[in-house]
Amino acid sequence: MILYIMCFFLFLVGVYGAITKRDLIKIILAIGIMGYSVNLFLVLLAYRTGALVPILKKGLNIPASMMVDPIPQALVLTSIVIELGITALMAALAIRIYQKYGTFDITKIRRLQG
Amino acid sequence: MIIGSIACLEIKNILSSIITIGVVGLGLSLAFLFLGAPDLALVQFVFEILCVIILIRAFAKRSIEVRALRRDVPETIIAIVILASIFVLSIFAFKDLPSFGKPIVRVAERYLAQAGVETGSQNIVTAVILNYRVYDTLGEVTVLFTAILGAVTILRKTGRKKRHAE
Repeated sequence: MILYIMCFFLFLVGVYGAITKRDLIKIILAIGIMGYSVNLFLVLLAYRTGALVPILKKGLNIPASMMVDPIPQALVLTSIVIELGITALMAALAIRIYQKYGTFDITKIRRLQG
Repeated sequence: MIIGSIACLEIKNILSSIITIGVVGLGLSLAFLFLGAPDLALVQFVFEILCVIILIRAFAKRSIEVRALRRDVPETIIAIVILASIFVLSIFAFKDLPSFGKPIVRVAERYLAQAGVETGSQNIVTAVILNYRVYDTLGEVTVLFTAILGAVTILRKTGRKKRHAE
């Protein structure tokens, strides 16, 4: 359980960064950290003590109860790839904002509206 | 990893901050490796490298501006207090989860037992991605395509018309 709590703490670090930082890049990185922690949490849920990687080998019959749960792994794989897309999109938006306003500071961006 | 991420958010220099998040991601990749997910470790590794490259390419030159971002002390304190209370409450929530190392696997047991026969794939994660949940993968590819399309559209130099410009 301590691992879950540490993982949640990582998530909260991400939330903290996203709500208190004023730098757009820092906010992007904070959202990335939140994504990491969620992925880590799902994989932690799937882990089974002393279990093996879910790969079948010929001539070697591993009972199903000796393998790690494959479903969260498959979904986290999807999630990681999507995170890459999200990061690229946010970076593109931030660059565009920088071109328009000349700063990454979100408070200044708000003032320059219009 | 926690230390790394806190450092990542607090470091003033943007370049070292990005590099620190790269370190955090590589640590995550190692964690996946130890948790019995080699596929994930590989994907996370590649993702991390790509992510760091994209971010450095995007921001390294632009962050030369002087960063004299003053921080609001009251805001920060309020945020920390609220997050700490959420953290304390979450400890009660985590008590209800199955303890670490003993997951509840119902669907996965069937997959683990049948995947080799039904799909002919040796790697069950691949079997799940490409056979049982193939629509998820299709959706994932769609999302990725849309995101990259959006990024390209946003970064395009010449807008078509004025109303599309922003």
